[in-house]
Amino acid sequence: MSLLELDGVKVHFPVKRGLLFDRTVGHVYAVDGVSLKVEAGQTYGLVGESGCGKTTLGRAVLRLVDVTDGEVVFDGTDLAKLPEEEMRKFRRRLQMVFQDPLGSLNPRQNIESILSEGMLAHGIGANQEERREKIKAILQRVGLPSNALSRYPHEFSGGQRQRIGIARALVLEPDVIICDEPVSALDVSIQAQVVNLLEELQEQLGLTYLVIAHDLAVVRHISDVIGVMYLGSLVEEAPSDALYAAPKHPYTKALMSAVPVPDPEVEDRRERILLHGDLPSPANPPAGCRFHTRCPWAQPRCGQERPVLTDVGDGHKVACHFAAEIESGDLPLTRPTGVEAVVGTAASTEESAGEPPQGDAKTV
Amino acid sequence: MPLLSVDELTVTFGGRGRTPSTAVDGVSFTVDQGQVVGLVGESGCGKSVTSLALMGLLPRKGVTIGGRAVFDGEDLLAMGPKKLRDMRGSKLAMIFQDPLSSLNPVIPIGVQVTEILERHRGLKGEAARKEAAHLLDRVGIPDPRRRLKEYPHQLSGGMRQRALIAMAVACAPRLLIADEPTTALDVTIQAQILELLKELVDQEGTALLMITHDLGVVAGLCDQVNVLYAGKAVETAGRRELFAHPTHPYAHGLLGSIPRLDAPRGEPLNPIRGSINDKIAWADGCAFAPRCDFYTMECLTGTPQLTEPRTEGHRVRCVNPVLPEAPAEEVPA
Repeated sequence: MSLLELDGVKVHFPVKRGLLFDRTVGHVYAVDGVSLKVEAGQTYGLVGESGCGKTTLGRAVLRLVDVTDGEVVFDGTDLAKLPEEEMRKFRRRLQMVFQDPLGSLNPRQNIESILSEGMLAHGIGANQEERREKIKAILQRVGLPSNALSRYPHEFSGGQRQRIGIARALVLEPDVIICDEPVSALDVSIQAQVVNLLEELQEQLGLTYLVIAHDLAVVRHISDVIGVMYLGSLVEEAPSDALYAAPKHPYTKALMSAVPVPDPEVEDRRERILLHGDLPSPANPPAGCRFHTRCPWAQPRCGQERPVLTDVGDGHKVACHFAAEIESGDLPLTRPTGVEAVVGTAASTEESAGEPPQGDAKTV
Repeated sequence: MPLLSVDELTVTFGGRGRTPSTAVDGVSFTVDQGQVVGLVGESGCGKSVTSLALMGLLPRKGVTIGGRAVFDGEDLLAMGPKKLRDMRGSKLAMIFQDPLSSLNPVIPIGVQVTEILERHRGLKGEAARKEAAHLLDRVGIPDPRRRLKEYPHQLSGGMRQRALIAMAVACAPRLLIADEPTTALDVTIQAQILELLKELVDQEGTALLMITHDLGVVAGLCDQVNVLYAGKAVETAGRRELFAHPTHPYAHGLLGSIPRLDAPRGEPLNPIRGSINDKIAWADGCAFAPRCDFYTMECLTGTPQLTEPRTEGHRVRCVNPVLPEAPAEEVPA
């Protein structure tokens, strides 16, 4: 059995109006039915653009936001329905590393105080001496000097602060660490240091990671399995290499082709799939397939029927009605994917999904 | 003659009673007509301050600017404020990183776009509105007439950046300075914006000075690349040459430390150790020496000069450049 299993998790935030009487006028469907499994000792990478619900999903696992529906099964216990007091005990085993290393550390607490707070709450260590020894060992492990104990967050650089955030999670000896954008606030040369540290720790301590990030290259580097989210649900899930070698969902294809590669030879050769328009609002998601309003291959069926995530072999799952046809090149494009998708000279392609295909059906 | 030629630009902050801090320390580069030039570096390397100095947007007090920046035959740094106002927005335009804070939140988009057309092109009333709608359409904003009446908060991030680009290209500038134009955007939107910039450069012959920390963006867009570290250019080369043969240990290390989407998995990354705070003053030696793998005592004997250890036009500021054992191979132009 998997260490962490999510089944049909939904997180909906009510939208309220009115001064005296709160009326719920709608919902933001931040996470709308996500099922995934994280195996012990492995890294599950969750990618997607801002607003796709990946951070909310991570927070829902720790119950930092309420789960509207579905199950979050950790080591045999459904966390979604646990009373708050019980949940608190489980949080020792499920820790989180946040995106903003400065914002997530209290500027008025020194490092010793920050790191011992969680230990005190969970009753780890008999006295402060014992806790201090433990903290020192962890600090060394994450590559910080032991004189860091009496210093304050502002005295450290961005990369060091992220190490403190990781140390804070580690002192509680967790099983799972949820890393929410662990490197995106850091400079490029520092990102690699933190990525390597996360990998080393996993090897030494047998940790399980759920890594949430928008940077596909980073996620691919550290993950065993990757899930791609779009507007609250998973559109594709596959082992890291398989996903990169052969993305099947149109959104994943577009996402992969949009990531700039630091190599002019590759940049000049490759074909970009440019998407039309912006992400729709999660408060008013499109009917049918959530991606059909931007999909270059959208068909009439896509606007009516919501595809489910289905296994197409070797653990590669995709939520698209026409994944096979797109792959074989039988399906013509219904929207431009080149520069015409971006500049105003092209005719409006807004509602062209149902019309007969125009132009050549080029395969990508 | 190059369109813009920046010569030994130096920007020092710090007024009375404060220790002066030099953000840009003698940066020189040129931008030709229709060329895309990149300024790359991490936070604190002086890339944004360079762009602000060129646009004359740094405060007058507490800042000392040295050097020359000759644009179209005139020195931008010596220009009076009135002359500079005429230049900005017409011949010289800028796109900023954060599209929301660069737009006035209480004024509709349309008024902000027509303002430029009125100021620099003398268009008025319906003619200005028509041209504004045309500009928004040009940058791919659907339904431009309606958008003109909307306020910045009603637009998405990508849409706002498009509106800013529309404003920047309103007077067909000869040089466009883009300071991290896609950093605040998602990758699929970033791809749209980069494609749009490429299109504008190709069609209008505008020169583009691209300021970014993202080497991937540089690889796809820039003709000429300047890598900055702690206020100085450490390596300057054509993009193919730079990415094929990064010669300064910093550029070399930076390229080695980025996880690539197309590289085989499983190998650990090679990070550059330490952080940008571990530096020494350029006057005493190489600022990168404390983080450098190839560092020797020679690195601490005064400022290293730009040399061309590999090929002509590929300038490197290092006494121990990363060179192959065999002589450098030919790179296709």
